[in-house]
Amino acid sequence: MEHYNMNLTLKVWKQSNSREPGAFETYPVQNISSEMSFLEMFDVLNEQLIRDGKDPIAFDHDCREGICGTCSMYINGKAHGPWEKNTTCQLHMRAFKDGDTIVVEPWRAAAFPVIKDLMVDRSAFDRIMQAGGYISVNTGNAVDANSLPIDKKDADLSFMAASCIGCGACVAACKNSSAMLFVSAKVSQLALLPQGEPERESRVLNMVAQMDKEGFGNCTNTYACEAECPKGISVSNIARMNREYLKAGLSAD
Amino acid sequence: MDLKSKIPDGPMHEKWTDYKGHVKLVNPANKRKLEIIVVGTGLAGASAAAALGELGYKVKTFCFQDSPRRAHSIAAQGGINAAKNYQNDGDSVFRLFYDTVKGGDYRAREANVHRLAEVSAAIIDHCVAQGVPFAREYGGLLSNRSFGGTQVQRTFYAAGQTGQQLLLGAYSALERQVALGNVTQYSRHEMLDVVMIDGKARGIIARDLVNGKLERHFGHAVLLCTGGYGNVFYLSTNAMGSNVTAAWKAHKKGAFFGNPCFTQIHPTCIPVSGDHQSKLTLMSESLRNDGRIWVPKQKDDSRKAIDIPEAERDYYLERRYPAFGNLVPRDVASRAAKERCDEGYGVGTTKMAVYLDFADAIKRYGKIEVGKQGLDNANEAAIIRMGKAVVEEKYGNLFEMYEKITGENPYEMPMRIYPAVHYTMGGLWVDYELQTTVPGLYALGEANFSDHGANRLGASALMQGLADGYFVIPYTLGNYLADDIRTASIPTNHPAFDEAEVKVQQRIEILMSIQGKQTVESFHKRLGKIMWDKCGMARNEKGLKEAIEEIRQLRREFWSDVKIPGKISEMNPELDKAGRVADFIELGELMCIDALNRNESCGGHFREESQTEEGEAKRDDENFSYVSSWAYRGESNWELIKEPLNFEIVKPTQRSYK
Repeated sequence: MEHYNMNLTLKVWKQSNSREPGAFETYPVQNISSEMSFLEMFDVLNEQLIRDGKDPIAFDHDCREGICGTCSMYINGKAHGPWEKNTTCQLHMRAFKDGDTIVVEPWRAAAFPVIKDLMVDRSAFDRIMQAGGYISVNTGNAVDANSLPIDKKDADLSFMAASCIGCGACVAACKNSSAMLFVSAKVSQLALLPQGEPERESRVLNMVAQMDKEGFGNCTNTYACEAECPKGISVSNIARMNREYLKAGLSAD
Repeated sequence: MDLKSKIPDGPMHEKWTDYKGHVKLVNPANKRKLEIIVVGTGLAGASAAAALGELGYKVKTFCFQDSPRRAHSIAAQGGINAAKNYQNDGDSVFRLFYDTVKGGDYRAREANVHRLAEVSAAIIDHCVAQGVPFAREYGGLLSNRSFGGTQVQRTFYAAGQTGQQLLLGAYSALERQVALGNVTQYSRHEMLDVVMIDGKARGIIARDLVNGKLERHFGHAVLLCTGGYGNVFYLSTNAMGSNVTAAWKAHKKGAFFGNPCFTQIHPTCIPVSGDHQSKLTLMSESLRNDGRIWVPKQKDDSRKAIDIPEAERDYYLERRYPAFGNLVPRDVASRAAKERCDEGYGVGTTKMAVYLDFADAIKRYGKIEVGKQGLDNANEAAIIRMGKAVVEEKYGNLFEMYEKITGENPYEMPMRIYPAVHYTMGGLWVDYELQTTVPGLYALGEANFSDHGANRLGASALMQGLADGYFVIPYTLGNYLADDIRTASIPTNHPAFDEAEVKVQQRIEILMSIQGKQTVESFHKRLGKIMWDKCGMARNEKGLKEAIEEIRQLRREFWSDVKIPGKISEMNPELDKAGRVADFIELGELMCIDALNRNESCGGHFREESQTEEGEAKRDDENFSYVSSWAYRGESNWELIKEPLNFEIVKPTQRSYK
């Protein structure tokens, strides 16, 4: 593939903390290689800003290989930018061309308050996990791993749900800021496995209750979450969670 | 002074059982009164915190990430080893133990490695019970694959995301303990010092990275589960935030550093594409199950890979190491790639890459599929299409990642790969109980030095992290805390906390007051270049001596000319990074000193002065069969204390994979 360099205009959300209002600022960036990752382009810009005595842009990032779920930019109106099934850190500049203007915002959701610039607080996800995103097994209690065969089909579906990276793109993409895709992925992973059976009902009820308490919105089936999910988590997990929730609600005493 | 490794007496295979049978215990009522600090929430930290919380201890966890789930263990791809022998291919605890000691080039402590092999099977059982969705066969049983340095299939995996699934399992267990009130979790917090009272570790100073405030936390014991220090090289497969700071602070408070120069350079990473590069991406070792590594037989061959006929390709690993072929250990594969590129056979624009080719595997799998489906007259295109589907199921996410980064489709043309810094076998020196030389201060997982010698085998890091956290520390920590049941929690207005906090505060203020001209990043890049050029895949006396001088100069320059924007009392990622880079610079010097001292080649440590005629690493057991354990004695001043290595079972020989 041909390599090329480009000049771009960035409009980036700047906000000093959760209490103060934010606003867009415009930054020109020059000589960006098509081989750079999107975050490397931000590195170049930040180095320039620091040298010029200006405030660099704060953004979350860590593994830079699309698995830790830390990076979180909303780029040109899409969570993680224009490429499908992709995280911001894996987006490369060959997705853009010379002269483009790129608008970058933080995840916007009441349950994800802005910490600074493009960084948001996603601790609500930890609290939803605490409500039931586990199998209650203490260390040392397990039986031999092969004593319980699991249908490959179910194991594969469980794995696909479990590959959620907890980045929050589903919430950012949803007009209602719903966290249904995130929650349903964990509920599905465990509901599909025999090990998850004993807590099947309490799990879904408690996780959904915590999700509502955190201030995430309702699901209205627009499927924006699936479309922008970097791991392609399917909305069929939401359908499964709704069934689980209904069943659990009916049998609850 | 002598190092007490506290290896239990008795035959190798009975040591751990015997230890567990006689170790001191803490009763449940006392456990509730004992507080434990766990720094780092990767596989080692999350599993330790969860297991200790389950036992009833009061635990606090700290991580610099925004959630424990993001620790860098999440990025481990290929798998986790366990001596289950589910494949009936001759595996056993002894074989895993033997392979690990040999793979580490006889520089690991046998008793620790044996324990690791013993607990390995329980890890898989526990993870499956937690709901970790490992890959399965059609019969519903667990699937295995091969990794380097072994001739059995003992690696359990979840596509190319095994670390993710294991970490999410440990994180789930951790969150359950948070819900039960046994663990309190502090995210976006960085440990900046260990607090010592009466010669014991009794707490930490941590910084809340959101508001910049320093905090004091007491613990009867402190566990460092803070990972490795590969980012000293700037470019590595580590996450951007991975750092040595917690371990380094502990080192300066008296914890010895073991084998700091032992670095693992992973053979299969996506090559550097330019100066802007911020990190390197691993392509899992599991790819070597099916991928064949080669370079052209002609130097400077500029033809496309697919235009080079079979007879003009040099499958150099298969040629040099017929017994293990493409699955030789990482150190051997990395050096062989470097050797070919240095000789001018490299490929790609920079000529610093070799091919990892799946064409044969695609054809082989395609033929199997055709056979399975009884399609006797399938044409070549159909075979290839079916073969690609099999390869996609095995490695799809890795192929996708490769294509996103390079813009090339690895199903159509071979991957280009080159070695990159991946893991550090060195780390804080610990005894058999995982305690450092500071009483009450423990190191688990990659943060300690203990199990992998001079080279770690693939799929063993996940095993070690979880072994330490789930199955070792719950026993060994009790042995220390049993003597501490009468120690009430010490209030954090104790003068030792005052003193530690003031020192941390002063250092931050000095950093912010320099206001020089050069960015933190630029210093980090320069350090990385020195380390890679002179303390990387090949090392020699002259280069190491130069490196030590250059690093000292770089340190002086850093402390007089670094430029950090923003304020202390706010979210300030540049300030966080500055503290970490300052520590990396000091560590870099120690790594070079250690590499200079160890005038032998072993595992990932290759001293050019010490090689066989065929260019293989040449150990010097007579003079270097010891762990180099370094005590900090002041700026640029370390004392070497040797822990001799005695091999009772696996007799050191020239390691051969031919």
